[in-house]
Amino acid sequence: MRYVIRRLFQSLIVVFGVSVVAFGMLFMTGDPTEVILRDAADHMTVEQIQEFRVKMGFDRPWYIQYASFVGNALQGNFGYSFIRHKPAYEVITERLPATIKLASFAFVLSLLVSIPLGVLSAIKVHKPLDHIATVLALAGQSIPSFWLGILLILFFGVHLKWLPISGSGTWQHIVMPGITLAAFPIARNMRLTRSSMLDFMQRDFVRTARAKGISESQVVYAHVLRNSLLPIVTAIGLELGFLLGGSVITETIFGWPGVGREIVSAIGSKDFYVVQAGVIMLALIFAAVNLLVDLAYSWIDPRIRYGA
Amino acid sequence: MTLVDRPPESEPVARFDELAAAQPTDARPQKNQLLSRFFRSKAAVISVFVLLLVLVAAAAAPWVAPNDPFAIKLIQRLKPPGYTSGADITFWLGTDSLGRDVFSRIIYGARVSLMVGLSAVVISGTVGLLVGLLSGYFGGRVDDVFMRICDIQLSFPTILLALTIMGVLGNGLDKLILVLGLTGWVQYGRIVRSQVLSIKNDEFVLAARATGERQWRILFQQILPNVWSPVIVIASFTVASNIVAEASLSFLGVGVPPSVPSWGTMLADGRQYIGIADWLTIPAGVAISLTVLSINILGDWLRDYLDPRLKNIV
Amino acid sequence: MSDESLVHVKDLKMHFPIRAGVLGRVVGAVKAVDGVTFDIIKGETLGLVGESGCGKTTAGRAILHLYRPTAGEVAFQGVDLAKETPESVRRSRRHMQMIFQDPYASLNPHMRVGEIIARPLRVHGLARNAREENDLVSELMRKVGLDASFRDRYPHEFSGGQRQRIGIARALATSPNFIVCDEPISALDVSIQAQIINLLEQLREDLGLTYLFIAHDLSMVRYISTRVGVMYLGKMMELTSSDELYENPLHPYTKALLSAIPIPDPALERQRQRILLEGELPSPADPPAGCRFSSRCPLAMDHCRIMEPQFREVAAGHWAACHLV
Repeated sequence: MRYVIRRLFQSLIVVFGVSVVAFGMLFMTGDPTEVILRDAADHMTVEQIQEFRVKMGFDRPWYIQYASFVGNALQGNFGYSFIRHKPAYEVITERLPATIKLASFAFVLSLLVSIPLGVLSAIKVHKPLDHIATVLALAGQSIPSFWLGILLILFFGVHLKWLPISGSGTWQHIVMPGITLAAFPIARNMRLTRSSMLDFMQRDFVRTARAKGISESQVVYAHVLRNSLLPIVTAIGLELGFLLGGSVITETIFGWPGVGREIVSAIGSKDFYVVQAGVIMLALIFAAVNLLVDLAYSWIDPRIRYGA
Repeated sequence: MTLVDRPPESEPVARFDELAAAQPTDARPQKNQLLSRFFRSKAAVISVFVLLLVLVAAAAAPWVAPNDPFAIKLIQRLKPPGYTSGADITFWLGTDSLGRDVFSRIIYGARVSLMVGLSAVVISGTVGLLVGLLSGYFGGRVDDVFMRICDIQLSFPTILLALTIMGVLGNGLDKLILVLGLTGWVQYGRIVRSQVLSIKNDEFVLAARATGERQWRILFQQILPNVWSPVIVIASFTVASNIVAEASLSFLGVGVPPSVPSWGTMLADGRQYIGIADWLTIPAGVAISLTVLSINILGDWLRDYLDPRLKNIV
Repeated sequence: MSDESLVHVKDLKMHFPIRAGVLGRVVGAVKAVDGVTFDIIKGETLGLVGESGCGKTTAGRAILHLYRPTAGEVAFQGVDLAKETPESVRRSRRHMQMIFQDPYASLNPHMRVGEIIARPLRVHGLARNAREENDLVSELMRKVGLDASFRDRYPHEFSGGQRQRIGIARALATSPNFIVCDEPISALDVSIQAQIINLLEQLREDLGLTYLFIAHDLSMVRYISTRVGVMYLGKMMELTSSDELYENPLHPYTKALLSAIPIPDPALERQRQRILLEGELPSPADPPAGCRFSSRCPLAMDHCRIMEPQFREVAAGHWAACHLV
């Protein structure tokens, strides 16, 4: 219980940190007015710029600006999108489901593929299957995901014309982006599963189980797999970060209408408030998922609860 | 060596003394075994070869590249690779949308990738190492603050953070290196800190204090050598991930300026002509993949050599 | 305090705070050492025994000022280190050194053995140049029975006994007059234990050292010590010369400990009456009221549970803390 409280407390600090960083983004070049006005400032006179500055409240001391930022945020007001002519909050929330859909698909795919492959590889270690799988995994970790996406588009989209190359809507639309996003996690988790299992298979308690005469598959599943899952769960916890970050690029390549693509295009068109809202949203989701994973974790592994 | 007067009951042990002192027991491979272990791994050797190739390309680019990678000549835009029938042999891999030689740009692109990859790692590694050492050894407030900063920084997916910062600041090589360096230090800090925590109560540290060594000396001369290995392993993998990060950010337009030849910008170019001029997409991707693959293989080998226990962490 | 005493410990207390809760509030203290008073006389080997957790290691470290005493006074050669400047303390460390229990953890695994031994020389500037340093290191290695040509090897290449010798060489580097030996042989094989003990004895004679020998193996302690002190739960129960303690123990705890030492003669062994102690060792954070030992003492009276006995000289050169003496 104490762990839960501590962890919640920690999350609060993280949320605070996120708010500070997001707020700080406005001041990165020194003058927030510059960041918001972008190129429009070239056509304005000094007085107009100053007028704008006062109107937006950029002339106030930073701590007051921060307070109003937080106050606004709590009411769901994250600024306005100049390009889409809507509140930034709406722009982001409209696109959130798409990102979640893609990330979940990739997540499930990676689990379904990587863990069984890793287990198989470990069982048949050094045999051909293992060699092939390991090489593929190594390749999967090394090929940049956006190039993989482009290659998939090239092959399956343009030349073979089997799958659509952009947009969303049907199940065919999610296949390529999903595979692209899942490639790196699949590769990494598969290798991790394999090495974790191999590590455990050598341990004394497994030898004891075998000596007791338990069938090999029982040994593998009940004893080895259960224990080797722990480091894998850790890695999966971190995977979220990768999925959320990777979604930015994958969505851009495939024209997938999610938050990531919106952030990228907002950066391109210098629509600051959308960028800020998007980053906050993703960071908060990430923090929330991490919190859940940690709590689930402490439930699985009692050692953590007692403050290892 | 003199064996002095001993009480009778330990006479039989007298010879043990000589024997024991004469024979040290060898347990772990020594430093000069590094080379022999290395050559035994074919993959590692090939990887080093590939990386040397990349290194040479980067260092000797002006002399190795057949054409000027910056030369824009619209009349020769989008020419297919030299090895295909009926094409200009001087452009071995063809030209891009502005008539620039793809092959030369690939060679120059190696420079950017390596520079970003290595410099950013130097920054993150140094900062992470220092902070981890101080935080782990001195504990207290410093440590608490550090852990909170870690939590906060880790709550942002790194690419996203780098993307937004570069997006607001505008692109540029220096900025990119700085941003990648400063977003990546946390992983070093954490692992160094945990290593320090696990050894700071070991008796050799206490012995150093008993001898009268000053804290700083102990920290840098006794503790530091014991925390190197994970740092080096992480560093090798981070070079690879930085190269991919640079390519990704440049691909999105917020990495290096578009005029600078980077494998990422080349891929961005290529995307527009997909299906029409595939020679723009393939070579850059192959370059990145091979480089990263080689680094990963070497990193794996290094990790297994230095400390196989890191297998489940790194 | 007599003129011959090298170390004077008066009412030394080492309490470690226990923190709990989200904010780390101090909720109690582990009273590792809770008021011990004794002297260590120049040239003697004072043995300090007791079960695990009785505070003997903590006391040893506090004497070397590796921990700052919570209360009480530790004077080395008449000087109370707690009152000195850090620089002065550092310089005093030349004269007092320590040998550690774990031969595996007490040497830096990434440092060559020659360097480990040379470091104290460097810290205190005892060698004028590299050549002199090398010579000193070689001599030290020879003194402890190691071949000087092994100076470039790493600790993991040596056996446990050899590592302990390296630790001894390191302790001797600054020519100290006082060495705290913190269970130096507990982690070694029995055959090697004898060698190390003999080495320590020889060095003490040759170099005129004074030892505080912390251990839990009573028979070994008898062999090497001039005087022996028995600790329990942070306090000293009995202190007297080695022979006197083993032949005429006064404190019930000492008697119980001694009765547990096996005698080689099986006939005699069978006849012996062992004193078995009931109950568990109480927590050092919450010691019993009155005499610390009262919860397990077979001879405890009601008075023992109320009033803590004073540690006093009950016979010539024989101190004990018990109401029954």
